[in-house]
Amino acid sequence: MTKTQPLYSEKVMEHFNNPRNVGEMGNPDGIGHVGNPVCGDIMELYIKVNNGTTVDSKFKTFGCGAAIATSSMVTEMVKGKSIEEALKILKRAVAEALGGLPPIKMHCSSLAEEALKSAIEDYLSKSKGE
Amino acid sequence: MRRIYLDYAATTPTRPEVVKAMLGYFTDAFGNPSSLYSCGQETKGAVEEARGKVAALIGARDEEIVFTSGGTEADNFAIKGVAFANESKGNHIITSSIEHHAVIETCKFLEGRGFIVTYLPVDKYGLVDPDDIKQAITGKTVLISVMHASNEIGTIEPIAEIGKIAREAGAYFHTDAVQTLGHIPVDVNELGVDLLSMSAHKLYGPKGVGALYIRKCTGLVPFMHGGEQERRRRASTENVPGIVGFGTAAELAQPEMDGETERLTYLRDQLIKGLMERIDHTHLNGHPLKRLPNNVNVSVNYVEGESMVLNLDLESICVSTGSACSSSSLEPSHVLLAMGFSPEQAHGSLRFSLGKWTTEEDISRVLEVLPRIVAKLRAMSPLLKSHR
Repeated sequence: MTKTQPLYSEKVMEHFNNPRNVGEMGNPDGIGHVGNPVCGDIMELYIKVNNGTTVDSKFKTFGCGAAIATSSMVTEMVKGKSIEEALKILKRAVAEALGGLPPIKMHCSSLAEEALKSAIEDYLSKSKGE
Repeated sequence: MRRIYLDYAATTPTRPEVVKAMLGYFTDAFGNPSSLYSCGQETKGAVEEARGKVAALIGARDEEIVFTSGGTEADNFAIKGVAFANESKGNHIITSSIEHHAVIETCKFLEGRGFIVTYLPVDKYGLVDPDDIKQAITGKTVLISVMHASNEIGTIEPIAEIGKIAREAGAYFHTDAVQTLGHIPVDVNELGVDLLSMSAHKLYGPKGVGALYIRKCTGLVPFMHGGEQERRRRASTENVPGIVGFGTAAELAQPEMDGETERLTYLRDQLIKGLMERIDHTHLNGHPLKRLPNNVNVSVNYVEGESMVLNLDLESICVSTGSACSSSSLEPSHVLLAMGFSPEQAHGSLRFSLGKWTTEEDISRVLEVLPRIVAKLRAMSPLLKSHR
């Protein structure tokens, strides 16, 4: 028999199977909500910011394996980063950190990037108001 | 961990008896059935014997069976074949909105070539209403195509009733019987069909071989040109080992059908009952009674299908979301959408299809594992909170 070609990389499966930072956050500083049920992926991403640094991040996601893994990865990547640095986390970096994604699932990494940007925008608009 | 395979609707393993019957036709009896010398005539005989066995399974005459490369080709052949041969009579085709893509995409192709196609709606169980067919028929209707049973939700359509309507209207009637052949009775005269698509690998035969039943005097253009094979309707050197395997699978299916139906229906209902009891916000898709004996399709609210499939795979359980053909597509199931489901419900469907080697122990294992998986995925679902 030839070797099987798994749909997802080991890293994706590892994050899918043991996702980091799952759950809602009490009093988040920013919430990002992206996706829609028609495409089958919905992400909610929360951030906690202290002195301009993202100190914590959590997520809730309805979606495929790639959607869950990218959510998990982006919440890991953002922790400890300044807001400026966090804004520079792009979909490509998320996908690369996961050892790549199948082409048809690349939109999941865009969704992760958008969820993070949306949470940061939420934080920035709230902090402007204060 | 022992693998539990519950995706028999996607494909089945080839039965050892079938493989054994095929083997000699790769090596010893390799002759071309069109050759005049004896080792060619030997394989010609084997092809004709297999044709007889497939014909017997559906109550057809031998000469009404044309071997193809599979179910998809049979669907393409039937629909394009009738459409192109009857253009002078009319350009209207009636089908349902829950057909296999091999039918729907072929119809769409014809729409771009001047044909008009009516895609009939279905009710919440996925049933086509024969009255809708009656209403849709026009003087230009040349073909009606409705599947015998849905590959996705397992609903068995009222083919015999539609067959009568088609006959009265003088339109050809095609059914895709890929999911029913060898599993429930299929008789071309009782069903009143003119064309019927079959595939060997859904009844423990090999992949790459199928057949189209073509009732005598049905006008259709050949599918492939370039040889005398299959009475000039489908040129190409016959897939002799595959055809022999298909014949053997058909022969073995008949005497086992009743026993298997009873056994699988019991297991199916155990699985349905167990899932409904153990996982809340879960619904059975498809008709509860007019249903294939081996199909369980459920929607598990607030979780997405692929993530359940991947988690089950980690537990060595093979199932699919909707149909295997759509597993790399991002679109929610066209079948569930046609039944009136919301996109998120349609994204949360799981199909279990049982078969020859499914045991009660397998069902118990699924019932033990899936509730845990659903709980884990629901804990991370943003949809649940908004529905509370």
